[in-house]
Amino acid sequence: MIRHVILRVLSKLLIPLIMLFALYVQFHGDYGPGGGFQAGVIFGAAIILYALMFGLEAARRVFPPRVLEFLVAFGLLLYGSVGVAAILEGGNFLDYSVLAHEPVHGQHLGILLVELGVGITVASVMATIFLLFAGRGRSDV
Amino acid sequence: MIDIVHLVLFTFLAVIAIAIIRLRDLFAAVMLMGIFSLLSASLFTVMDAVDVAFTEASVGAGISTVLMLATLSLTTSKESRLYQRPQPLALIAVLLTGAALVYATFDMPRYGDPAAPIHHHVAPEYIAQTEDEIGVPNMVTAILASFRGYDTWGETTVIFTACVGVMLLLGGGRTVYRIRRKKHGGSDDGGSVL
Repeated sequence: MIRHVILRVLSKLLIPLIMLFALYVQFHGDYGPGGGFQAGVIFGAAIILYALMFGLEAARRVFPPRVLEFLVAFGLLLYGSVGVAAILEGGNFLDYSVLAHEPVHGQHLGILLVELGVGITVASVMATIFLLFAGRGRSDV
Repeated sequence: MIDIVHLVLFTFLAVIAIAIIRLRDLFAAVMLMGIFSLLSASLFTVMDAVDVAFTEASVGAGISTVLMLATLSLTTSKESRLYQRPQPLALIAVLLTGAALVYATFDMPRYGDPAAPIHHHVAPEYIAQTEDEIGVPNMVTAILASFRGYDTWGETTVIFTACVGVMLLLGGGRTVYRIRRKKHGGSDDGGSVL
């Protein structure tokens, strides 16, 4: 736990904004620069900032390792299941055109879900790696 | 005008790279590496590769700097001073490799050359089809998520695998907790199972 008041107040202000920006990058990736990977990294950075400011224990309470572990696999499986869904609808693996009545709508839906999967996996991977690095040599004592 | 910006940015990059090599203070070196990434990100922005710049700024300047600092807090922030005799063979190898790389750049097409091979392979097809088939304004997203969806799936798997590796190495797996609980339970209950 860090006692610097200015840093703590500022990071309390910044963390929600960083998360909001990550969501913007995530869902605006079709229209502007960005996408799932960048959004995931930014969201992970918000979690890391929280862990730096309020300590590892607080971060583990907000983002339990079990949930993060689950999300690491969930994002990847979401990506894969979009591909499998395309096969079940009669297309090729990851061919989004068959996912909706109109091919363009299918593409939009597919890209949205796939980018969401990438974002979830990347965010939880970044947070997990940092929490493991930072917790090394402390929790084992 | 743009050429001057390129020149300034590349000069800064070279200066920072030399400074990182010469610095003994690892904390300062990590900070300079973050600045190096930020400068490369600005360079990518000037070259109109906004998505790449975004990734470089968030990963290179953000996450990897934090991970490096976390590593430094576990080890030490001073590079140990090991005296090594100058190795002429190593110097010759480095110089030859560098010369070969510089020589190879003469064969590369000029930056932004429309006749470059990269602009005549699949790129025209992607540019023509994005509007009609995908309907997404950001062509980079269309290529990454749809045309090249299989590659991105592979990249996500790589990130997943990296995380699994770190979990196994640094003991974030659930088995660790279970073993620890078993130890505690064993000492309390006097050797009961689990």
